[in-house]
Amino acid sequence: MVRTIDEINDKIRSGSVVVVTAEEIIGLAREKGVKKAAREVDVVTTGTFSPMCSSGAFLNIKQPKEKMKLGGGWITLNGVPAYAGLAAADVYIGATAIPDGDPRNNNGRPGKFRYGGAHVIEDLVSGKKVVLNAGAYGTDCYPRKSREQKIGLKDMNEALLFNPRNCYQNYNVAVNLSEKPIYTYMGLLKPKLGNANYCSAGQLSPLLNDPFYRTIGVGSRIFLSGAQGYVAWNGTQHNPEIPRSENGTPRKAAGTLALIGNLREMDPQWIKAVSYTGYGVSLSLAVGVPIPIIDEDMMKFVSVSDEELFAPVVDYSRFYPTGEGEALLGEVTYAQLKSGAIEVKGKRIPTGCFSSYSKAREVAGQLKSLIQSGEFLLSQPVAQLPGAKEGLL
Amino acid sequence: MKKTRIVLSFPPSNVEEPITYRLIKDYDLVVNILRASIDPGKQGRMVVELSGEESQIALAFNYLEKLGVSIEPLSQEIQHLEKRCTGCTACVPICPTGALDVDRKSWKVSYDPEKCVVCLSCLDVCIYKAVEVNLA
Repeated sequence: MVRTIDEINDKIRSGSVVVVTAEEIIGLAREKGVKKAAREVDVVTTGTFSPMCSSGAFLNIKQPKEKMKLGGGWITLNGVPAYAGLAAADVYIGATAIPDGDPRNNNGRPGKFRYGGAHVIEDLVSGKKVVLNAGAYGTDCYPRKSREQKIGLKDMNEALLFNPRNCYQNYNVAVNLSEKPIYTYMGLLKPKLGNANYCSAGQLSPLLNDPFYRTIGVGSRIFLSGAQGYVAWNGTQHNPEIPRSENGTPRKAAGTLALIGNLREMDPQWIKAVSYTGYGVSLSLAVGVPIPIIDEDMMKFVSVSDEELFAPVVDYSRFYPTGEGEALLGEVTYAQLKSGAIEVKGKRIPTGCFSSYSKAREVAGQLKSLIQSGEFLLSQPVAQLPGAKEGLL
Repeated sequence: MKKTRIVLSFPPSNVEEPITYRLIKDYDLVVNILRASIDPGKQGRMVVELSGEESQIALAFNYLEKLGVSIEPLSQEIQHLEKRCTGCTACVPICPTGALDVDRKSWKVSYDPEKCVVCLSCLDVCIYKAVEVNLA
């Protein structure tokens, strides 16, 4: 053991902590060697900015004078339905929700999906008010049966972003083997291997820098779209049992994180609604996870580079939607993906990404500054994620 | 030297006239065809960028008008909204001319209107609505 979380936090408080980003550490570890780098560096910051569909917000809406039980009734925010099957005043607005029969989403195929739950969340974080419409059956204790009102974050007791699945540890590279263009959550895929789309920050991505979840666990404090949020649990579909490279990183989608944070503390620049033509609405979020260098092994893990990270190439015209056809068209490194073109089935195809590397850099950089200035302390996880190897706990 | 981007629409009867050849040969113009849709028996439409002497461009316009070709300025223009762009690069492999491109060191996406042929492909792929089509 090189150092503990407590020791790192003492250094953060005294202003002597050494923090570098997961991009900066690559050259540094090569230059100094893993042993020396592990001794000198206390924390490595990761970052990602990308659409994360499995996101949404719990809102507790202040009651009017004559109270209303939203639970069991219905509610829309700017016409977008939210889930009201909770108590009297709690609702959940999912990022991908869209209005029923809304012409904004219905202007011919492929749909444009111009407004949905993610846009409601972005509007609220930006300080805008949204129109609440709700109906309920009315009870003796909650007599009110309908409500129409403009509300903003100030009209809520709590507003929490709570995302069941974010930060996928690695992801597919999507291509299209068919004869016609397809519209997917990995973007427009042109026919006959016309393009290849990927979605990961690679060497800056949080879980690719802690492949065995040795330091990231339940209760880890993170940078979540400008706020200090937490890892609430493993994300849904978290699957550590994936073939791995020698460096420990999974060769396809593996671990995930469930994240929680206070919407009120978030920065509108880091929470952006997105519209996928022909697919739907999603929410782009900024997530930065600090990785404490607890030992030399951890330094080895965080110094992994795009050349050593592999992603699977998958056909989204047949195999992904139907499970039929060729399962794996090949494996490519993130360095190849980031070069602008990869080779699949002997054809050179241009690559595009949905995860912004320049923003990932900014996120890792912001988290680094927050730690250096003493505004962000690391937390000791309270439980490990499934599949975790010996680490902080 | 003048450079102008125009939309030429010509009636079916003139589809077989070698307009591009005449513009180059007779008026000494550089003709860059940005988009063209020409089918025998149908109305043709061509988006071109003409570069040359102003007087020669004027003479070329006379020639085209005599042929019954209508000339309109290119009325659409793509605007790249840098504030909304996150530099994700989803547009880069879709843009056929490299007008939208990324610097692979800074990972910032840039837009070069000189290369843009206003094919509008980027409108469908930018999830942040960071590209818009404007009337020029």
